[in-house]
Amino acid sequence: MRNIFTIAALELERLFKSPLAWVILATVMFLLSILFLILLNQFMSPGPWFAGRGVTEIVVAGLLQISGIVILLVTPFITMRIFSEERRTGTIKLLLSSPVTITELVLGKYLGTLGFLVVLLALIALMPLSLLMGTPVDLLQISAGLLGLFLLMASFAAIGLFISTLTSQTSIAAITTFGVLFMLWIINLASNTGGEMFRSVFSYLSLLKHYDSLISGMLNSVDVFYYLIICITFIVLSIWRLDGERLHQ
Amino acid sequence: MNSETLISINEVYRYYGNYCAVNNVSFTVERGEVLGFLGLNGAGKSTTMQIISGVLTASRGSVSIAGFDIMEMPRLAKSHLGFLPEQPPLYNDLTVDEYLKYAARLRGLNRKNIRVAADMSKQRCGLEQAGGRLIKNLSKGYRQRVGIAQAIIHSPAVIILDEPTSGLDPVQIREIRELIKELGRDHSVILSTHILPEVQAICDRVLIIHEGQLVCDRQLKQLNEDKQNNFISVAFRQIPSLEALTSIEGIKNIEKTGEQHFRLELHSGTTAIDYLVRSSANNGWGLYEIIPETDSLEETFMRLTSGAKEIA
Repeated sequence: MRNIFTIAALELERLFKSPLAWVILATVMFLLSILFLILLNQFMSPGPWFAGRGVTEIVVAGLLQISGIVILLVTPFITMRIFSEERRTGTIKLLLSSPVTITELVLGKYLGTLGFLVVLLALIALMPLSLLMGTPVDLLQISAGLLGLFLLMASFAAIGLFISTLTSQTSIAAITTFGVLFMLWIINLASNTGGEMFRSVFSYLSLLKHYDSLISGMLNSVDVFYYLIICITFIVLSIWRLDGERLHQ
Repeated sequence: MNSETLISINEVYRYYGNYCAVNNVSFTVERGEVLGFLGLNGAGKSTTMQIISGVLTASRGSVSIAGFDIMEMPRLAKSHLGFLPEQPPLYNDLTVDEYLKYAARLRGLNRKNIRVAADMSKQRCGLEQAGGRLIKNLSKGYRQRVGIAQAIIHSPAVIILDEPTSGLDPVQIREIRELIKELGRDHSVILSTHILPEVQAICDRVLIIHEGQLVCDRQLKQLNEDKQNNFISVAFRQIPSLEALTSIEGIKNIEKTGEQHFRLELHSGTTAIDYLVRSSANNGWGLYEIIPETDSLEETFMRLTSGAKEIA
């Protein structure tokens, strides 16, 4: 257990010593704060499209919705480093010859990456919370939304983690992760056609559907489990993959 | 020197698909031994070293470090292990100090001891002045030293160095050799190289691996003692008849190896060479070359890697 946290801390530390982490934080915050201002501005000039929705639903839910997409775009750049880069530079040999097990290594690196995404989440959360200075907001809905964003990040990271164990080319890891995440995001579009069964399967698989219900303030255990299953599956696959690779390289 | 087996490799096989890279390799290394690992490119040196350090898994067979099996008890086994792969495993974005701290923590050193350990290993590898430099700005030689520094930072019982002196200048090579000798006093060191004099300079024992198989395992002292052997090769301008050669006292066997070259086996302790020279002068054979064959490391290596096999 201690090893896991040591590796997580080291991973996070090393991430923040590279320019990549700072550039990602800066870019994401820049984009999202502009969107936040636009949404806020729209809210200040009311119109019939409000349809009875309040500031939380329009500004906060809107912001979280877009945050999900922006994070989908940047997560591959964080996760591609996890194992692909270690392999390209050969530093994976340092990790594999150190007194840690593969499970500890994978969990540690995953937690470290998640730590970075939590920093990002905290910065994003400051925006809706800043609304408290001027207006009451629905804190429960915001919490559900932030939980949703957290779960979304956790599953993006788990998928990215697994893909980075597959290749030693960082750009291939990044583009593949992006492809997979994007497919899972839009897979519910396929549910518009076909039969009842087809529709329910595809809309269940979609990352977006579950996220939508969370940011609208509905905390269903089915959504939470959906994300947890994704995380656990891909973490276990990563462990298997690395373990198997030492034998069948 | 107390003898304690620190590395024990038992019937290890490793396949890459159908290709057998390591074929039934077994050996043990004691504390205080510096073991040189020799072989041509692709002979299986790196694969074997990676199996010992747990980077790769053996397809069959077992490896134990300081008494702990590397598959059954990886944590205990690997805490006694320092490994420098062929390409030093460095993070370019870190400074030397940050990197060594990272390696130390990964090896489970607690925070209090890290500073002392890092200073110690920097001093041993001549990196005192380089602590604050970014690794990506270091020259090849310095990168190699940082690689060695990370392998010894937790003073492991077993140190595995894959071509530690490659890319270094002659002065650095000498320094690193001194360091390895010093480490060999109370650790076990395995190093691979294709520089033969290097093995002679620093190793106590040599293993030669050829096409995945161990073909020679000998103490270096022994190898040098075997030097006296009774073959000479000679060359003449005017080739004498075989009868004339055979008639020389003390020659046991004659083999023609070339147009003008012969390989002669002498009875030990005879003065056959004197007779040979005298006969050549008397009969105008024009002897222009006498080379005693020695059983040096280089010859052993050449002989074994060209197909012959010898297990001590």
